[in-house]
Amino acid sequence: MTVAGLIFANIHDDSISELTRMRTMASVPFGGRYRLIDFTLSNMVNAGIENIGIVTSYNYRSLLDHLGTGKDWDLARREAGIKILPPNITAYDIKNTGPESTMRLGSMLTASNFISRCGADCIVLSDCDTICNIDLADVIDRHVENGADITIVVKNYTDSDRIMSKNSIIRSDADGRVTDVRAYTPYEWKGGDISTNMIVVNRNYLLAQLAIASSRGYTSFFRDILAKHASKDRFFVYRFDGFYSFVNSIAGYFESSMELLDFGIREELFKNPLRPIHTKVRNSAPTLYKEGSRVVNSMIADGCVIEGEVENSIIFRGVRVRRGAKVKNSILMQDTIVGENVTLNCVITDKTAVIRDQCVLSGHRSMPFFIGKGVMV
Amino acid sequence: MLKKKECVAMLLAGGQGSRLYALTSKIAKPAVSFGGKYRIIDFTLSNCVNSGIDTVGVLTQYQPLLLNDYIGNGIPWDLDRTFGGVKILPPYQGRSGADWYKGTANAIYQNIEFIKRYDPEYVVVLSGDHIYRMDYSKMLAFHKKNKADCTIAVIDVPIEEASRFGIMSVRDDGSIWKFTEKPKNPDSTKASMGIYIFSCRKLFAYLEADDKDPGSSNDFGKNIIPDMLAAGEKLMAYPFEGYWKDVGTIKSLWEANMDMLGDDPVLRLGDKKWRIFSRHEASAPHFIGLGGHVVNSSLTEGAEIYGEVINSVLGPDVTVAPGAVVRDSVIMGQVTVGEGAVVDYSIIDEKVSVGKNARVGAPRADGVEITLIGAGVSIPENGCLAAGEMVYPE
Repeated sequence: MTVAGLIFANIHDDSISELTRMRTMASVPFGGRYRLIDFTLSNMVNAGIENIGIVTSYNYRSLLDHLGTGKDWDLARREAGIKILPPNITAYDIKNTGPESTMRLGSMLTASNFISRCGADCIVLSDCDTICNIDLADVIDRHVENGADITIVVKNYTDSDRIMSKNSIIRSDADGRVTDVRAYTPYEWKGGDISTNMIVVNRNYLLAQLAIASSRGYTSFFRDILAKHASKDRFFVYRFDGFYSFVNSIAGYFESSMELLDFGIREELFKNPLRPIHTKVRNSAPTLYKEGSRVVNSMIADGCVIEGEVENSIIFRGVRVRRGAKVKNSILMQDTIVGENVTLNCVITDKTAVIRDQCVLSGHRSMPFFIGKGVMV
Repeated sequence: MLKKKECVAMLLAGGQGSRLYALTSKIAKPAVSFGGKYRIIDFTLSNCVNSGIDTVGVLTQYQPLLLNDYIGNGIPWDLDRTFGGVKILPPYQGRSGADWYKGTANAIYQNIEFIKRYDPEYVVVLSGDHIYRMDYSKMLAFHKKNKADCTIAVIDVPIEEASRFGIMSVRDDGSIWKFTEKPKNPDSTKASMGIYIFSCRKLFAYLEADDKDPGSSNDFGKNIIPDMLAAGEKLMAYPFEGYWKDVGTIKSLWEANMDMLGDDPVLRLGDKKWRIFSRHEASAPHFIGLGGHVVNSSLTEGAEIYGEVINSVLGPDVTVAPGAVVRDSVIMGQVTVGEGAVVDYSIIDEKVSVGKNARVGAPRADGVEITLIGAGVSIPENGCLAAGEMVYPE
């Protein structure tokens, strides 16, 4: 059984436009030192997948910078490794740059060359905002046991959970056989399994479906392929019980980040000795806590200098919190500078933001105050 | 790719470092952890890379397993090169017999063939047991400008400490006229930093002559340098100003770690233009819990702090449980300090577990010695380790 991976790097960019103005969803910073793609990329590597295509269509400079040669994920290989698949733009045909190439099906058509040539028996398709530590090898084993064409990893949610229209609801019978695939509609939602958009598919099955999709002009993988064939072909679900989070808005990004302050979630995501989450190594020095600093319930990356107070926050690499500053319920990305006596509450700063001395800024959990990349306040 | 290197570095990493006791009973001194996320050898290796030297031979002998593993193919330092890069050079068996490295000069002599592969003009000889940041390319420019046969980096030390070092007496033009290893009555404060640049041909000539001398102890400081001086070669002293620390003793290792702390630290590792590279697992950022209290300390990835950490340097994946106190200490990677335990003025090596309510060391004061726990040791619940005690790894 050989397996390849395919990751959609621009998917759902529009749901968090503040952070994706200059980057892909895949390269949105998360959890102090990671980018969102690190989770799915590490999950694939930890399952022994060594041939991974990453489909991207625009804004991908930060993604290329983050991935480099793939060394940090042990994917710098002569054979296979990481293959970045930007749109195939030629002088005669620029249609591949349109919005359809950010969708799952459009992306796969862009990547059809990778899919047809990778030679694997099956392919793991994944969105880039799948924040979880999952044993994909087990998903693949079950896929093979079931003799499935497609296996969809699902997560059970209750009706009160935050679900949005981009999620697909998957219904299945007692044997785990998919019976129905439909889009989320608020008035119908009573809880149930939603797709995590991690999907194992037999390569030949996928190729056949892509050929049909291409000839009939289909645009949606879920609506035009999964929903249509759910009751006919062998589709199964794999129920994932572990921690799973995704990003569908800036408030959702804030909530997902704050979940990392929970000990159990941190243990599950990051401390699994068999399945570490890999990321680009930056060789920052350790973080220094000066006399007078006070830090509680916060996650702090290397390379910071903390002189002030930090509470319930996520602090990325190279951040400075100067004397007298009070940072609460905030997310400060790489190289942010917080001046003296600044007060922050529910603030998200993008990279290299500067908040000058004495500033007081506050947002709300449901609407965090966002400060863009390099902006000076 | 030019099949020739102007300058090749030879890094002496074979020393036991016996005065680090429990820390070096199973690993070589250059492999000892430092500053939370580094090992001592990272400083010299990073200096090489930052100075533009991309060919480094690392001479190992004593307990090389961890060091070999750590250096690996050199990726963390960007020393995985097609031509050049980092190479581990252990003693080997030759046609006429096998020999351990008998001294620093002999170690280089046995690897002349390695150096010849790169056909260099200059050879930098370094030792892997100092903490400092230095641009060797400036020293090389100095060596070339002076048309020297050998240049030795020197640093001013207090006269009362001078007898611990190799001391250089220097003329006004910077040339050396006298070199004394550990003099009783030093007449200069210029101490050798153990960093030499040789013009390659001269180095080979003296190494070959030294090897034929049965009475020689095959050492740079004791034999090669005095021989070159006696023969009237041009030896220059390259003055270095900045942070430099020999971490050969428990006390100096502790001090060097503490030099990272304070309001205006003398050892600054955050300089992005002169990064110190190291091989490390990408652990999650560290976490300070609700009861955590961290003051004047350094933390790194993977640490989970629920107790007090004061004036201390902690390594990766260290856990300090609620109610525990760590004060004036250096804690290396993957150490667990249990609930209510108190660690004072200690150095704790990797993978140690300190049980609940255990007491390690005594508060730092005059006359109190540093307590030392070797790698992998477990201190039981309510256990007590008096100040100055030393526990070796099993």
